[in-house]
Amino acid sequence: MIARAIKHRGSALWIAALVHRLSGLALAIFLPLHFLALGLAIDGEAKLASFLRWTDQPLVKFAESGLLFLLTVHLLGGLRVLVIENLDWHDGQKQLATLAAAVSAIIAFIFLARVF
Amino acid sequence: MNVRLYVWQRATAALMAPLVLVHIAVIFYATRKGMTAADILSRTHNSIAWASYYGIFVAAVSIHASIGVRNVLTEWSSLHDRRAGLFAIVFGLLLAALGVRAVYAVVLS
Amino acid sequence: MLGDLSVSLWRGGKDGRYETYNVPQRASQTVLDVVTFVQRHIDPTLSYRFACRVGVCGSCAMTVNGRPRWTCRTHVSKVADSGRLEIGPLENLPVIKDLTTDMQPFFEKWQKAQGVFAPSKTRYDEIEQIRPDSPARRLVDAAIECINCGVCYSACDTVRWNADYLGPAALTRAWTLDNDERDAGGTARLQAVAAADGCHACHSHQSCQELCPQALNPTAAIAGLKRRTTAAYLKGEIKA
Repeated sequence: MIARAIKHRGSALWIAALVHRLSGLALAIFLPLHFLALGLAIDGEAKLASFLRWTDQPLVKFAESGLLFLLTVHLLGGLRVLVIENLDWHDGQKQLATLAAAVSAIIAFIFLARVF
Repeated sequence: MNVRLYVWQRATAALMAPLVLVHIAVIFYATRKGMTAADILSRTHNSIAWASYYGIFVAAVSIHASIGVRNVLTEWSSLHDRRAGLFAIVFGLLLAALGVRAVYAVVLS
Repeated sequence: MLGDLSVSLWRGGKDGRYETYNVPQRASQTVLDVVTFVQRHIDPTLSYRFACRVGVCGSCAMTVNGRPRWTCRTHVSKVADSGRLEIGPLENLPVIKDLTTDMQPFFEKWQKAQGVFAPSKTRYDEIEQIRPDSPARRLVDAAIECINCGVCYSACDTVRWNADYLGPAALTRAWTLDNDERDAGGTARLQAVAAADGCHACHSHQSCQELCPQALNPTAAIAGLKRRTTAAYLKGEIKA
């Protein structure tokens, strides 16, 4: 069967689920790198200090803001799922999912604005 | 995903919710202060509090991420449950090893 | 005077193709009317299913412009973007021919989920008093009106990604039975839905809830099953 563009998959909740999955994957790929960076301190502070200086450039700050968005949206989306699974049903899931994305974007933007 | 994996994944998720909030707060604090490596390490060095916090975080994320990766592999790749599970365990162990090493690096070295 | 519709219909089996027909537009026309017109006036070899044609049997479900819907309850005026319609068989099910699918896997999963009433009494026992406003009965009533049309199953991405996933309909029925005071299925049923490819595979995309023509909410029902099976697992009543 050909998989054509399926209309209902443009819905807010389907996008929310996709964002949740992709953010999780991205964080999973990022995490080993994050641990390696912190592990630079194993021989004293010099290597970590030099790495932190390297991160002090616009492109990296953009990337960090992006990572913060991914972390926050994954957290908030995950909380929404935990609520669905463990508490009584509430309608308005589309609005909650959109709110989660908006709050995450705001937090990431605030981070970006502060580091510049 | 069966009930056992589900319980582990949701439990670690719930555990990490407050940990992530703290982590975001730490990120904002550190960048506001413009902390250097020395500033950071002077706070984490020999700190049981930070060791515990990050230690628990590393354990939880290793379990959570590996189960998540397993799910994605079984649904989006052609790997079957067994292979996907194996890959996921290896990934989880890698995260745990690198994570423990990172905690050690900032707390004890 | 309404113009013609340009209607693409899936012809053939799994390796078929879309073929296009011109169908005169009529007032209050439904998608089922359109399919019927093609079969009666243009190509009698077209295969499709319907029965009641008034929205109570669920037989006429097809994929219309990318969404699974009941064709007898879908007005052409609501879905035909600039006079075009694309109609295919329900997704996630084997295609028999043209617009008909094999519903067997759908019903096999119903059995696998133990979506079958397990009696607990004989005719000689006293009848249970089921209060319609009891919390358990409320939960059953909210989920019981499934007529097995397959729309939710067809809409579900988790079914699409995992051929063994039991699916929203089977799991919703299991949920209604778990809440039915007369049913004796108990932990055996919870064990069945707690296995791999059971309720825990659901990612709460909610496509089932959005598209169910009976306004059921399988996402909520499956969430209920997740709670029950988790509790049973932690108490040692079922195994992983």
